Amino acid sequence: MTPKRLILPLALACLVVGLFCVSVAVGYAPLDIGAAFDDLLSGRPSLSALVLAELRLPRAILGAAVGFSLGITGAALQGLMRNPLADPGVVGVSGAAALGAVIAFYFGFSSTFAMALPIGRLAGAAAATAVLLILAARGAGTVVLILAGVALSSLAGALTALALNLAPSPYAALELVFWLMGSLSDRSMVHVALALPFMTIGWALVLGTGSALDALTLGEEAAESLGFPLRRVRLRVIAGTAAAVGASVAVAGAIGFVGLVVPHLMRPLVGHRPGRLLLASGLAGAALTLGADIVVRLIPTRPELKLGVVTALIGAPFFLFLLIRLKGMER
Amino acid sequence: MSLAAQSVTVTRDKTMLVRDVSLAVSPGTFLALLGPNGAGKTSLLRVLAGLEDPASGQVSYAGRTRSQIGRRAFGRSVAYLPQDGRVHWPLPVEEVVALGRLPHGGALVDAAVRRAMDAAEVTHLAKRSAGTLSGGERARVLLARALAVEAPILLADEPSATLDPLHQIEVMTLLRETARRGAVVVAVIHDLPAAARFCDRVALMKDGSLIAEGAPRQVLDEKRVAETFSVDVVRFEHAGESVVLPWSRHGSANSRQEASKHER
Repeated sequence: MTPKRLILPLALACLVVGLFCVSVAVGYAPLDIGAAFDDLLSGRPSLSALVLAELRLPRAILGAAVGFSLGITGAALQGLMRNPLADPGVVGVSGAAALGAVIAFYFGFSSTFAMALPIGRLAGAAAATAVLLILAARGAGTVVLILAGVALSSLAGALTALALNLAPSPYAALELVFWLMGSLSDRSMVHVALALPFMTIGWALVLGTGSALDALTLGEEAAESLGFPLRRVRLRVIAGTAAAVGASVAVAGAIGFVGLVVPHLMRPLVGHRPGRLLLASGLAGAALTLGADIVVRLIPTRPELKLGVVTALIGAPFFLFLLIRLKGMER
Repeated sequence: MSLAAQSVTVTRDKTMLVRDVSLAVSPGTFLALLGPNGAGKTSLLRVLAGLEDPASGQVSYAGRTRSQIGRRAFGRSVAYLPQDGRVHWPLPVEEVVALGRLPHGGALVDAAVRRAMDAAEVTHLAKRSAGTLSGGERARVLLARALAVEAPILLADEPSATLDPLHQIEVMTLLRETARRGAVVVAVIHDLPAAARFCDRVALMKDGSLIAEGAPRQVLDEKRVAETFSVDVVRFEHAGESVVLPWSRHGSANSRQEASKHER
């Protein structure tokens, strides 16, 4: 990588660090960050240390990690499918994860132990991933994988609707709906510990496919002739996306549009080479998610606006604007 | 690096696309794969390019199989230019061409990329977005991409089909020059006159079988072309070279008239 190409990732990394600090500083409870860090590091069990360790830090870490996951997998899927409309949601893991949460909720696991919901989501995402990986390992083409993702999403959506339909009380249905919206509030270090290993594996899998995604610019046959075995590339991208996005959805719920929009934001800056977009999109996704999560806390509404609602509210119109502006550029 | 196919058979969904084809091409040779649509030319080329395993038979590259060579080294040894190539993202032309350097470790715009762009006459397009190219320009850019691999074997599927006459001649000349520099060049070509004029050898295929293979002058005689393509050709000498021109449907009144004119 030439020094010129390092500038943007470095600038984005600085932005992420900056937003991370702001995210730690912003919250409902007034907090003396310096004192809180002192207490935390010296092991004094003060209230401010508790707020920092149990509320602010996990929220900021998850914001960055979830955003990075969505950005990098969005860029990877767009590269793999050679389609600027691909989004981490298309592989169906988000829908399946939501269904897993609904099942955990419905059968009352969530009232017996606190981590039942994230674990249920993870199980749902894992089940969807297994189906996709079996298909990919059998040599299914990219179109088949997209359609399988659509089918999984629809099935999960139908089953989720069924659960809502049969919910014992309107209150239970409402609570379910609330759970389905993405949010980073009230997450603990346990959530971080649950999600981060899967995310890291996912990032590593996806980052390793950069050159193969570049080669795919020329189509599948030419990429294969350049020494990139497509079956393995598909497997890596799908497995990486499922791991990173599955873990994201498990701890934060569905956060729409970040994965779709971020690569579009980065293309004017780093160009259209899919491999070069990966890291930049990951960092920009982290910045965007941290930023949106800060905005959510600054808007004085009660109950707090859900992060997933805000990203979709900003993301969808912005995406339309991009489409109008870029009309005719994509071929 | 020589290229040899031994008794290659390709089947797909129980249909036999290539039947027991054996072919050997030595370095410095430009070979055209000729035949009507559905003759199995592209299927054979894909097997030669290692994109598909034959149902039976094997392909060797300087005596070694693809798995013996290894995936990365194979990517450097055999360049493949697919039919109707597309560029899926609007990259600058030089970056598209540089993708041919990926098997060498990275897609940088290096001397090989500049040589390939010069050879394919696309240097003036270097900074243009691939999304703005005409069909002919794109075909030449993609040819430059394949040349940038600088592989000892170049396999091209209809490299000149979308080009205007000038660029057809230029591309065929370029492929011949690439062979002259010691490469094996195998191309699927539909243009009989161009194949006859520029290729050292032609392989004639029909219904998956190899019918004849050798120098164009010997292979492309009237009877064999009529049998293979169902067309009658007009043959004549021009500037000391033999020209083969498909003229009419085999056995039609028009062709009989033409033939009798030539008789007289």
